[in-house]
Amino acid sequence: MALLQIAEPGTFAAPHQHRLAVGIDLGTTNSLVASVKSGMSVVLNDEQGRSLLPSIVRYLPDGTTEVGYEAGKHAATDPKNTLVSVKRFMGRGRADIAHIETLPYDFVDAEGMVRIRTAAGIKSPVEVSAVILQALRLRAEASLGGELVGAVVTVPAYFDDAQRQATKDAARLAGLNVLRLLNEPTAAAIAYGLDNASEGIYAVFDLGGGTFDISILRLSKGVFEVLATGGDSALGGDDFDHRVFCWLIEQAHLKPLSAGDVRLLQVKAREAKEYLSSHGEAPVTVKLSSGEYVDLMLTTDIFTEITRTLVQKTLIPTRKALRDAGLAVTDVRGVVMVGGSTRMPQIQHAVADLFKQEPLNNLDPDKVVALGAAMQANLLAGNRTADEDWLLLDVVPLSLGLETMGGLVEKVIQRNSTLPIAQTQEFTTFKDGQTAMAIHVVQGERELVSDCRSLARFELRGIPPMVAGAARIRVTFQIDADGLLSVTASEQTSGCEAHIAVKPSYGLTDDEVATMLQAGFAHAGDDAFRRALREAQVEAQRLLEATHSALEDSAEILTPEERERIDRAIIRLEAVVPGDDRRAIDDAMQELSSATDEFAARRMNQSVQRALAGKKIDQVLP
Amino acid sequence: MSISLSAPAAKHVADFIAKRGKGLGVRLGVKTTGCSGLAYKIEFADAALPEDLVFESHGIKILVDPKSLPYIDGTELDYTREGMNEGFKFNNPNVKAECGCGESFTT
Repeated sequence: MALLQIAEPGTFAAPHQHRLAVGIDLGTTNSLVASVKSGMSVVLNDEQGRSLLPSIVRYLPDGTTEVGYEAGKHAATDPKNTLVSVKRFMGRGRADIAHIETLPYDFVDAEGMVRIRTAAGIKSPVEVSAVILQALRLRAEASLGGELVGAVVTVPAYFDDAQRQATKDAARLAGLNVLRLLNEPTAAAIAYGLDNASEGIYAVFDLGGGTFDISILRLSKGVFEVLATGGDSALGGDDFDHRVFCWLIEQAHLKPLSAGDVRLLQVKAREAKEYLSSHGEAPVTVKLSSGEYVDLMLTTDIFTEITRTLVQKTLIPTRKALRDAGLAVTDVRGVVMVGGSTRMPQIQHAVADLFKQEPLNNLDPDKVVALGAAMQANLLAGNRTADEDWLLLDVVPLSLGLETMGGLVEKVIQRNSTLPIAQTQEFTTFKDGQTAMAIHVVQGERELVSDCRSLARFELRGIPPMVAGAARIRVTFQIDADGLLSVTASEQTSGCEAHIAVKPSYGLTDDEVATMLQAGFAHAGDDAFRRALREAQVEAQRLLEATHSALEDSAEILTPEERERIDRAIIRLEAVVPGDDRRAIDDAMQELSSATDEFAARRMNQSVQRALAGKKIDQVLP
Repeated sequence: MSISLSAPAAKHVADFIAKRGKGLGVRLGVKTTGCSGLAYKIEFADAALPEDLVFESHGIKILVDPKSLPYIDGTELDYTREGMNEGFKFNNPNVKAECGCGESFTT
């Protein structure tokens, strides 16, 4: 029978109406899925009891994928097809990716987002993320015993529109209904805020594998308000690994390495860093494919020295976020640590020094985001209870605006405005008799369009001819609770209007997503077919081997006609096994087994006779 | 008349209540709903109602409203794991038939 969970008073759902919802922390290095069970947010483990799913996907030549630990095993041996830290490429062009020259992947230039050439074809970061999300969805469904109504997926607060859209596309591709995209620090605050029920101003310091976010939040009367966010979307534990990696190469005077050795050294660099968090020094011993040995000792002092600038890089956006919120460090009541990289003592000390207090870390920094996201998902799915009626206010991470004459940016929505939001600004025509206006939506803090990210372009047509400056064009920017933007432009005197839901030029078009979804479905059929074929082939091989060995053993008991019939059936089966016609394999197997039925029976009798020959009846009966 | 908890069920109820921070015990009952007529209900109990019947098992209070009792009298609530899924299970001697999923039943 179904297993039940304890509900809050008055909220027990009717049968078949359990609304299973999960929170997913789609991380650069590791991903997790959590859900609220019996009023408690818990991380859902895999069959082996592991909570983390390494965000690693490996593509095999036959089009199948491996994900997580299984894929990670091949990181060193098959680096080109084993994709790690793909979150860094979400919604990103080639030029945006830091250290691209050190990555072992075969990047393909594509419109907007980069693509990666793998053994299974060219993959976009969205597709790779979808493989990870799908693995988490299947884990959750197995663990909760039902289909999910939806999921809250977290994104770094610093993600721009293109990156958010890419994340949403990936979730859709993985068969998840996205209830909400939630900023990671906000999710962490939910996990801490509700568990500890503390009011005041908090800083959330999130140093993950590939992203750094700092958020200043106010918790009051159960309302979360994000006062300011900042960070660096290309700074994380991976960079610390990279520093150690560079140090190893430098110290060991290594020549340019093969892709496999690069990956091996990267893994060793990460292990040394993690070991160092709880030990004073970490030995590094590696045997490279060239036969060369690297044997070095990484000490805390060396590590502190080589990563000093990275630690500093986290403090600059932190101070800036505080300034944005109009606060001093003394206003901050607590600092929440999120992300595995905050386990580094260097980070703990730097944060404690800056805020003049020890940071909070009573929840597992790897799990806190997923736990908070699960709480939010539980609410959004409608499993709301009386004393959990809290509201969530979020902010725009980057200003949004329009291009005006001269390539300048006119900001319409300022950074750190609370969501959802709608803002209207009036523009006019530049030339006499101008009947159309190009609207170019950009995101960023810079003044020049060329320094900001282009999100969308559209045209407003049908403006009645007027002298320059007479037309009144109202442009409305609207951002929904997920942080996704739509822009409307209308000319006031004629009423002509144009509208665009921002499909960021770095995201995927609807057609692309539709094609991928179809490919996914088509593949599901393919996969099932391929599996059935493989099973039939294996079974056929087994039958052939058994027949051959039986023939070797006791061919003498067959008449020449019987022998010929069996040989014919063997030849026929051997001919069809390598092909992909499963029915032909089944038929040939059927024929061979009926040809050998009599043979098998006779062999059985023969061996029984052999076993019994020369024995008295009481010797063979128990 | 009795309702009881298995030892693992009692331990989990105690853990959940501790984690939740409040709660008198657990309320068991039935609702007239579902594909086979009745469905189990299991909730945290914050206060006892005057008509409630209160049982105690392994130190945990079990509250049952008198209308539900005939359907679940003699039940032992267990906590089990099935594959990756774990949760509470009603071992109810009154059940005559269950729907396929076991979420609702008839007596």
